[in-house]
Amino acid sequence: MPITYTSGEQVEVYRFSIPVTLGVPLIAVFLQAFIQSRINGLSYLDLPLLVTIFFAMARRNPIAGLVTGAIIGLAQDCLGPYPIGIYGIAKTVVGYLASSLGVRLDVENAGTRLLITIGFYVTHQAVYFTVARHMVNLTLNWSWSRGILAGFANAMVGVLLYFFLDRFKQRT
Amino acid sequence: MESVLGRYRNLIILVGVLFLQILGLAVQVKKAETDTENTRLIRIWAVQAVTPLERGLVRIESGFGNLWHNYIYLRGVRAENRDLKDKIEQLKLEQVRLSEDAAQAHRLQAMLSFKEQFVAKTVAAQVIGSSGSDLSQGIYIDKGDDAGIRPDMAVITADGIVGKVLRVYPSTTLVLLINDQSSGVGVMLGKTRLQGILKGTPTGEVALENVMSDEEVPVGETVLTSGGDKVFPKGLPVGTIAKVKGHGDRATFLEIRVRPSANLSKLEEVLVVLEKQEQQSLAQESAHQRAADILAQRLPSVPEKPPVEASGSAASTGSKQAAAAPGGAIATGNSVKPAPSSAATKPQLSKPAPATGQTSASQQPKPDVAKTIAPKPSAPKTAIVSDGGAITEVPSKKPTTPPATKAVPQTVPEPQPSIPPSTTNDSPQ
Repeated sequence: MPITYTSGEQVEVYRFSIPVTLGVPLIAVFLQAFIQSRINGLSYLDLPLLVTIFFAMARRNPIAGLVTGAIIGLAQDCLGPYPIGIYGIAKTVVGYLASSLGVRLDVENAGTRLLITIGFYVTHQAVYFTVARHMVNLTLNWSWSRGILAGFANAMVGVLLYFFLDRFKQRT
Repeated sequence: MESVLGRYRNLIILVGVLFLQILGLAVQVKKAETDTENTRLIRIWAVQAVTPLERGLVRIESGFGNLWHNYIYLRGVRAENRDLKDKIEQLKLEQVRLSEDAAQAHRLQAMLSFKEQFVAKTVAAQVIGSSGSDLSQGIYIDKGDDAGIRPDMAVITADGIVGKVLRVYPSTTLVLLINDQSSGVGVMLGKTRLQGILKGTPTGEVALENVMSDEEVPVGETVLTSGGDKVFPKGLPVGTIAKVKGHGDRATFLEIRVRPSANLSKLEEVLVVLEKQEQQSLAQESAHQRAADILAQRLPSVPEKPPVEASGSAASTGSKQAAAAPGGAIATGNSVKPAPSSAATKPQLSKPAPATGQTSASQQPKPDVAKTIAPKPSAPKTAIVSDGGAITEVPSKKPTTPPATKAVPQTVPEPQPSIPPSTTNDSPQ
């Protein structure tokens, strides 16, 4: 029997309606593309990543998590200048880890969500950079300061976003 | 076996999904080496799904913006109008000076056969979105293949360069900004002419690389395109030096940050350079015309010279030609041909005394060097000496007194004081 750190109530698995399942990731990808060019300072924000983390943690199903991450990541790749698959791989890993962690941890708490999002943001960046540099041979440079700052900013936005998206959860 | 698959089902699926994506990436990287893009269709679908929404939102946004700025919020417009009028006056004055400089630069370029590219044709486009990722810096514009845009075209604004065209779709284009980490622009500094490569940083800033640490790079100096990347024409504004670090002994290269002239985070409209032209041909053409014009101005009396022609012989014609183009060129109509022989021209230019009939041998210029200063094009037509506006030094050579020289004084009643004696025998009075 696997050891978990969640209460019986929090182990409950959620599901989402089809419009939310399709609409929220699409809106996230669209807003990421649109707002970033309009509002200065939002380039640090990775809305598709936050949505991936949220869905993966709420469903608590690793397969659903990794598939969600892969689809959102590939959609993001399609709009970007680099080869398709870099974001796909990074978000697949994050989706899998987030859903696996969601089974074991209480992810309804704001503090936990903040820390988890920072951790996943850095993980996402690390996977992205690894793939981009060693597979695609892009000359990207890693910046710790940017990683931590952007991770914290994303976590702050993520906590608010998660509480908003909690409204769309449906108990199974 | 089944229990193992069931136990590690999630992990196996994860590995499978990752493997598929890695395989797809590897195929793209391999294909990229042969310049064939195999993901174009997927990208077109994705872009066409997103861009209509973006276009709609941009239109709504610009509509509200226009309504607000053009009809509601007009505070300070009168004062701004006055300021702008003042500025126009100042710019007009500056334009006069700059046009003179430009004309001079064209002449020099033509002389030295320099080639310079300039922007010949552009298309304006509106920014409708970004690349949708925080690790790449790209924008989408609302013009594409239909407007004649092709990959690797330069994208600029009135303030400075923006980036280059990366991917072109039927009605949309992805532009890679200069602050993307994978971009590279050949640049040089405005004053010191130091060259380097402009690249993006992870934080979205712009850095100037490949400048040795022993070079002096002042903060605030302008950065221009060098034209070395074959994307941007030479001399376009890029930005100014914002920060310089790394003057220590250990650093090989300076760490330079550049503040872009164009506000890359607030781009609304951009220009895509559809066509560049080499400036050499234009400059040469203008220089050729100018040379012909100058000669025509300086030699208006060459075809019409009645009295001397009547009394003179072939030698006087030769002297006229010599005076017309002492620099070794003979003007025939509008064309300039090399002089056949300079031997015949020299005695003509350095035989002052007999021609004027007033200057004695002692009053002549020194026999070894006769100096004549060319008059301006606005000088009287009688002043024929021209040497491209330069002082001509003619080596001493005792005049062989050709028959024509004797006839010339009869045709010249009064020597003009402003004309050097050596030239008067050719002036038709």
